[in-house]
Amino acid sequence: MSYGPAPVVPCSFDLSTLAPRSVASLFSHLVTRPTGRALRLGIESQIDELGSICLSVLDFTQVVVLDYSCADEAVAKLIQRYIGTDRPADVFFVARGLGEQHRDPIEAVLARHELALAAEIDGPGFVLLGTAAHAERIVWDALERARSADATGIAAACGLAVADARTALESLAARRVVLRQANQRFSALSALLESP
Amino acid sequence: MKIVPLPASLEERTFDPVVRGLEGDPAERKLFDASHLRWADPYGMLGLLCAGSFAAVEAEKPVLRLPESGDVVGYMARMGFFEHAAAIFEIHGAWKRPRFEGPSEVLLEITAIRSHADVHDVVDRVNEQGLALLTRQLQYPLKEAFQFSVVLSEVCQNVIEHAEAGGWVATQTYTWAKRLGRRVVSIAVMDLGVGFRASLAASHAARHPDRWDDAAALEAAFLHGQTRFPDPGRGQGLQQIRKQVGRWSGRVSIRSGTARIADVPDWDDGEPLEEGIPFLPGAQIGIILPARTPQAEAGGSPRTGGRA
Repeated sequence: MSYGPAPVVPCSFDLSTLAPRSVASLFSHLVTRPTGRALRLGIESQIDELGSICLSVLDFTQVVVLDYSCADEAVAKLIQRYIGTDRPADVFFVARGLGEQHRDPIEAVLARHELALAAEIDGPGFVLLGTAAHAERIVWDALERARSADATGIAAACGLAVADARTALESLAARRVVLRQANQRFSALSALLESP
Repeated sequence: MKIVPLPASLEERTFDPVVRGLEGDPAERKLFDASHLRWADPYGMLGLLCAGSFAAVEAEKPVLRLPESGDVVGYMARMGFFEHAAAIFEIHGAWKRPRFEGPSEVLLEITAIRSHADVHDVVDRVNEQGLALLTRQLQYPLKEAFQFSVVLSEVCQNVIEHAEAGGWVATQTYTWAKRLGRRVVSIAVMDLGVGFRASLAASHAARHPDRWDDAAALEAAFLHGQTRFPDPGRGQGLQQIRKQVGRWSGRVSIRSGTARIADVPDWDDGEPLEEGIPFLPGAQIGIILPARTPQAEAGGSPRTGGRA
């Protein structure tokens, strides 16, 4: 059984190496494709400076208007660039400060490209936005609650077979919405935000 | 000189006969007679700019005879109509920009769209006032009202991305007493660019070799989100506009060439797809958003254009 559109690309990280963190604070009216493109290039440049592994926080707290064209360029194409096997760096993205006015455009562009993104939403907290199979969502939610777990622990929490839980976790790791650690454990991206 | 009479009420419903008045010898000079004009919405005013521009393609600058009603002239002046019309028409009659700058139903006066910077300017100018208008006058929840600027941004970008020419945008609020019995906000965005058929021809005409025309192009873009760009991220704008306008029980239509396609809500008796209407180049987009009522919230799906 396979989950989601992306092939699973095994990769392991020691959580302690994931110290570099980029925070892109976005402002005001994010509209039009050129604006989104400029934003994406700026974030890519910031990531380049941090090295090969980093957690990039896209902070929408100050964004008043976000249109679909800008979201497509600044969010969807940014994630796409770092999801393939030819990615220039190992980057994990988390969106933060999302209000109702941002959620529609971001959900729409993620769905259009069959991407997913971990996001902190006002109210419910961390959620998985975009495209994901049902089992992936269950597993992602369980890992979010556990913060860190292996496939056996997640399988028990979700009532899934261990093999199915592992497949879902590896697919989520390949899509960069959970972190696969060296010891066969997986971490929620929100847990990385809490680390010093 | 051929006289093109304007109706008493110039809006989307009455626009096609104006365009039909341009048919005949394209080199013959036209006189747009607005003597009896009593009311024009953003669609009507932008449509008049488009019709005048089209009339000037092969003929001498057309004449615009101003309305007899000073109130109508004053309102058109407040919408910024004459600043744009002066370059298109030889204007017969007096007008001046009103000094009064108090509360207005003009949400966005007629604004030229030539670049992405213009789209930013539109969003900057409209956002705060648009939020206030939608929440206080049209009773939209705040979280939905934020999407008004998004709709405006996407519809303006349609001009930049697809027309290969400049265009105009305007938006206004008014009460549609007879047709709807409540307030509406009207958005019009128009250009005289290549139109949907030409914009999509290179990438899509081969798929419809027996029936590639304006209606087919509008169907491809409006119903199926197709664009001339191979990037799968493109084509979302119109789809999201339709989705949002549908949530608000509004009407959205696109006229291009000789066809018009629309999402028609239950309060409107218009046709979802019209073919064989008088030719006008480019694209003319009209959006009507009605005030929220309990009935509107429970409203059904719009009728959508498309050939059987």
